[in-house]
Amino acid sequence: MTPPLLRVDDLHVQFSTRDGIVRAVNGMTFDLNEGETIAILGESGSGKSVTAQAIMGILDPEVASIPSGSITFRGEELVGLPERKHRKLRGTDIAMIFQDALSALNPVICVGDQVAEMFRVHAGASRKSAKQQAIEVMGHVGIPAAAQRYGDYPHQFSGGMRQRIMIAMMIALKPAVLIADEPTTALDVTVQAQIMELLKELQRETGTGLILITHDLGVVASVAERIVVMYSGRVMEQGDVDAMYARPANPYTIGLLDSIPRLDARIGRLPAIPGLPPNLLNTPSGCPFHVRCTRAEDTCRVDPVPPLVEVGPAHKSACWFAEEVYAHGK
Amino acid sequence: MASDDMSGAQAPVVSVRDLVKHYPIERGIIFRKRVGTVHAVDGVTFDLMPGQTLAIVGESGCGKSTVGRLLVGLEQPTSGSVTVAGTDLSTLNARELLATRRDLQIILQDPYTSLDPRMTVGAIIGEPFEIHPEAIPAGKDAKGAVRDLMARVGLNPEFINRYPHQFSGGQRQRIGIARALALNPHVIIADEPVSALDVSIQAQVMNLLMDLRDELGLSYVFISHDLAVVRQIADTIAVMYLGQIVEYGDAEQIYEHPQHPYTAALLSAVPVADPVVQRSRTRIPLSGDLPSPADPPSGCRFRTRCFQAQAKCAEVMPELVASGDKHVVACHFPLEAVTSV
Ligand SMILES: Nc1ncnc2c1ncn2[C@@H]1O[C@H](COP(=O)(O)OP(=O)(O)OP(=O)(O)O)[C@@H](O)[C@H]1O
Ligand SMILES: Nc1ncnc2c1ncn2[C@@H]1O[C@H](COP(=O)(O)OP(=O)(O)OP(=O)(O)O)[C@@H](O)[C@H]1O
Ligand code: SF4
Ligand SMILES: [Mg+2]
Ligand SMILES: [Mg+2]
Repeated sequence: MTPPLLRVDDLHVQFSTRDGIVRAVNGMTFDLNEGETIAILGESGSGKSVTAQAIMGILDPEVASIPSGSITFRGEELVGLPERKHRKLRGTDIAMIFQDALSALNPVICVGDQVAEMFRVHAGASRKSAKQQAIEVMGHVGIPAAAQRYGDYPHQFSGGMRQRIMIAMMIALKPAVLIADEPTTALDVTVQAQIMELLKELQRETGTGLILITHDLGVVASVAERIVVMYSGRVMEQGDVDAMYARPANPYTIGLLDSIPRLDARIGRLPAIPGLPPNLLNTPSGCPFHVRCTRAEDTCRVDPVPPLVEVGPAHKSACWFAEEVYAHGK
Repeated sequence: MASDDMSGAQAPVVSVRDLVKHYPIERGIIFRKRVGTVHAVDGVTFDLMPGQTLAIVGESGCGKSTVGRLLVGLEQPTSGSVTVAGTDLSTLNARELLATRRDLQIILQDPYTSLDPRMTVGAIIGEPFEIHPEAIPAGKDAKGAVRDLMARVGLNPEFINRYPHQFSGGQRQRIGIARALALNPHVIIADEPVSALDVSIQAQVMNLLMDLRDELGLSYVFISHDLAVVRQIADTIAVMYLGQIVEYGDAEQIYEHPQHPYTAALLSAVPVADPVVQRSRTRIPLSGDLPSPADPPSGCRFRTRCFQAQAKCAEVMPELVASGDKHVVACHFPLEAVTSV
């Protein structure tokens, strides 16, 4: 069997800080196949971005370490890969777009040249043809009057336009894996919808495997095929979007789904998850969610941590009562 | 519906009429020269009824926060009036203004920057009592009043001497709410009160706001760009675009049957957090980018992006007119009107 495009297996990432060891990712596991979109959903601090940084190989080696786990790209191990090789992968096969495109663009090079550069370096286009292709792709992602705006600098573009430029660059690069870390969080909804549609279109054209990091279940519902739900650096549940939405198998997922306000219904008071988000410097023993979980029993409060168990086809949950929660339905 | 208040209709607690706020754009270092005007708020009119929640929605830069700041007097309007409990604020002297302002308090978006990091939580919540000691309930001292407020918003009163950085985002938002409640206001202006919070915490704070509204009979002006959150709390909504209200009225009617093309496009762009429902929805695309508030389009401000626009839209500015029975819309070619049953 050919290995999946990207496999993350029991990944652990920790930071040594003045206040102690921060265990940011504790056993992240998922597979990404070609042309697939997987969403990593979780609240602030749950380890989404750190997972992305580990895949990209951009964790700060001064403070971060990967004590165990593996990340393979087309079967090749990325954990421990020399920086030179990792950098080569980043420039070609694995790419990332960030919440704030401004930080990813070079402020002193005009936007058009930055897009053209992608065609020159990755497709070996001539200077002239690269410029032509850049203008074309800029128009394609919805930059009005692309030829006139070719020479503009990043600060002259709005947030939505900068994000479109990032996508234009990805169309040129055609990475095998694209990680989008909250690509639309800072944008207005009308712009957000346009950007998500562009991302999907890019994916259809290039067959890219897309990892979408977000805390917005609405966005997940519109673009992802599979979801990984994280809490306190752990995978709480993963599965196909529809199956998981219809029949979540983890109390945290249920709490999360219930507390999300929906545009199409007035519920009024929402069933909120009680208590506070976890403190990663001081994680509790047992299941990290037990302090807030209404289903918790004594077994949940002590180690070991509940393992991910299969409850349905390609559907896994890390809860001692996974089968029961699953059978009980939402 | 019962006919009880059909005749003796209640008076609004806050009335806003033709509110305008223009900011000058100036150039030059030594000789400041006015080179333009930002039309941040351009003729906003609404009524807030007692015990009700009016939500102001719209995209970034449409003027929501400016309206909020004008309401609480953090800024002075260029023109137009704000009337609180029947009194036009512009007719009051400084002392009367201070007394009236007690009744209107604001909660700000960012629980991380809106609290002074050097003050204890007790000092932050109790600060309004320094100007208005008369607001301390009889038989209590300021500290006791602060403890009561903390308990009311779900903060442990034992934490009265802690500093803001020792609290989570949701807890800090509760501190802001407690402070806003100190003077027993009737009206709270909440500017994006849950936007910076995680969903699980967002629901807690929303529930707290709804409980306080019901227990204390508060009225809210709830400013938010999140239409799913707004739907849970609003009785009335005002949809703003480039400084103007384009649609205003009964929240359920507007969510179910938006009539302004902008409202319809905005609602269609918000993803529903349900994959099956979401896949069946179609988005109304908007053409072009948001025009600059320093140079708004002639006629209807939305016309440059509108799918309904015709020649008239560039020439005549549409007024807010009744469309259906519970709401008004500013558009020459509104989507189909519906009357509620
Ligand atoms: N360089 C670092 N040093 C120390 N701790 C870090 C570092 N980077 C991240 N962390 C910690 O790791 C945890 C996970 O962070 P991460 O950025 O992955 O969260 P996230 O899920 O992306 O959250 P958000 O939704 O807020 O972006 C957090 O507690 C964070 O404080
Ligand atoms: N002090 C100021 N000087 C000049 N322009 C201003 C000032 N305050 C606000 N503006 C402008 O007025 C317009 C309305 O701003 P406002 O903050 O009210 O928008 P908003 O609807 O609250 O947006 P957001 O959703 O981003 O908070 C914007 O174009 C803004 O840039
Ligand atoms: S007045 Fe014209 S341009 Fe404005 S919203 Fe209505 S149809 Fe569109
Ligand atoms: Mg992140
Ligand atoms: Mg604002």
